[in-house]
Parts: sequence; C-alpha cells; structure tokens
Amino acid sequence: METEARHKHPPYMLVWGVLFVLTMVEVFYAFMDIPKVYIAVGLIIMAVWKALLVALYYMHLRFEPKRLWVLAASPLPLVVILLTFVLFENF
Amino acid sequence: MTTHAAAVGRAPMPGMEVYNLKLGMWVFLLSEVMFFTGLIGSYIILRFAHPEHFAQPGVVLNVPLTAFNTFILICSSVTMVKAFAAIEQGDQKGLKRWLLATIALGTLFVGVQVVEYTVLASEGFVPMAEAYHAIGRGNPHDGPALGGPLYGATFYTMTGFHGTHVTIGVLCMWFVLWRASKGAYTAQSYGGVEIMGLYWHFVDLVWIILFTIVYLI
Repeated sequence: METEARHKHPPYMLVWGVLFVLTMVEVFYAFMDIPKVYIAVGLIIMAVWKALLVALYYMHLRFEPKRLWVLAASPLPLVVILLTFVLFENF
Repeated sequence: MTTHAAAVGRAPMPGMEVYNLKLGMWVFLLSEVMFFTGLIGSYIILRFAHPEHFAQPGVVLNVPLTAFNTFILICSSVTMVKAFAAIEQGDQKGLKRWLLATIALGTLFVGVQVVEYTVLASEGFVPMAEAYHAIGRGNPHDGPALGGPLYGATFYTMTGFHGTHVTIGVLCMWFVLWRASKGAYTAQSYGGVEIMGLYWHFVDLVWIILFTIVYLI
C-alpha cells in the first residue's frame, strides 16, 4: 500500500467564513438602489463564487485527479446550450 | 491503488483514479446538475417572458428568514466535512458527533422551509394562485396583485424539489450514522462517509444558486 502523505486539510472554517460573508453581502447588495442588471450580474458572480468554494474545498475537487475535474465540468457546456438556445426562442 | 482510494479501502477504476463508489456518485450528481438546470432554466425563461407574474425581491418571499436558512445549510456543510475529517483520522466519536450535528441542521432547514410554506400558503401564495394579494401582510385584501400563477408554480416546484433532496439526504445520513454506530467506518475504510458528504455538499451548492436566483434577483 502506498504511503505518500495525504493532502493537508483544506481551510474548512475559513471557507465557511467566506461563504457567510458572501451571503450577507448578497442580501444587502440585492436591495441596493442601482440598476437591476448590475444587481443580477453581481449576485450571479457571488453565487458562482460560493458554489465554486463548496465544490473545490468541501467536495474536495481541488485535490482530485484532473480527469475528475473534466467530468465535473462536463455538464457546463450543456447548461449553456440549454439556457442559450431556449432563451433565444423568446427573442 | 492511489493513496486516497487505498485510504478509503476501495480499488479505483482503471484510468479514472477514483474508486467506483465515488465515480458513481459524481456521475449521479452531474445528472442532478442537468435536472436543476431544467428547473432553474425554465424559471429564468418564464421570468423574462412574463415579468408581470413575478414580484420584486422581498415583497412576497421572506428574504431574512431564508438567508438564515441558507446560513443553516452552509453550517451543515461544515459539520459534514468535519465528520469526514474525523473519520480520516479514525475518530469514531467525532464522526458520529458531526454526523448528528449535520442531521440536526438539515432537519432544521427542512423545518424552516415548512414554516415558510405554511405562512405563504396562509397568505394566499399557493402554487397556482391566480393573483397574490398578500393577505395579512398589512396590505389591503383588495389591493393590487403582487404576482400571477407562474410565480407560485415555479417557486414551489424549485424549492420543493430541493427540499425533497434535503429530506432524502437527511434520511440517508441517518443510515450512515447507524452504520457508523456499528463501527462500519474506519480510518482505512470510509468511502460511505465520503460519498454521503459529496451528496450533501451538492445539495448545499444547489441551494446557494436557488437562493440567489429565486429570492434575491
């Protein structure tokens, strides 16, 4: 059995802190008196950031083989295609 | 075997470098990504097409309560990953303690969602309400409509499916806790805890997206 060292534990509590702060920022940002498009873009960026933190550190994707990264990212082009083409049907 | 696969006591699939159980869970979660994409995508498209059916953030839905619920789910992700870290070190007591904490937080999340649904339904916001007048919110009963049928339909469908996923996750976690109490997991064999964690973090990840799109935008 191999005995090479496992990766160091990710900073779970630091990630939790960032998620908490981002959630609070999101809630305040959503009610700011600025054009809706800026609110939507800003909120989506923060949501994607939070989702990435959960995927990379809590799901340990950061420490997995690159092939698993490719597998995990594989639905993203399908998501873009699904949303883009159906949205274009309305406009 | 790679070190990690060896650590969880399972042989990896040739070429993939992860063991079958983990690969299977990832593939399942990717199918769930497409499932929720269908729901969220439909919501986005309907919102663009019929904005008059939907209300501005905070007008109908309780944002502070749901922000608190989001915090609860994020905390449950921390406790789940702590359970995983505990069994990596062979800490059986820590595993059970953190699993129990995750179950408690997951149950609290579902409970708060049930309360939210109950309050919304008592105010007249039900899945196919023709027009939502926010009865009992200080608004006049015959005041202007705050939304149309699509709002309730999309809201309850998306959050309901997510809530179902959380409920199933809690039930599965009870099973993992039972197995842990029988000493099924050790520092040399903890694959079951790992894949339970993957599912639970995914449920949290989906809620992060849902909360933003449904409650804040």
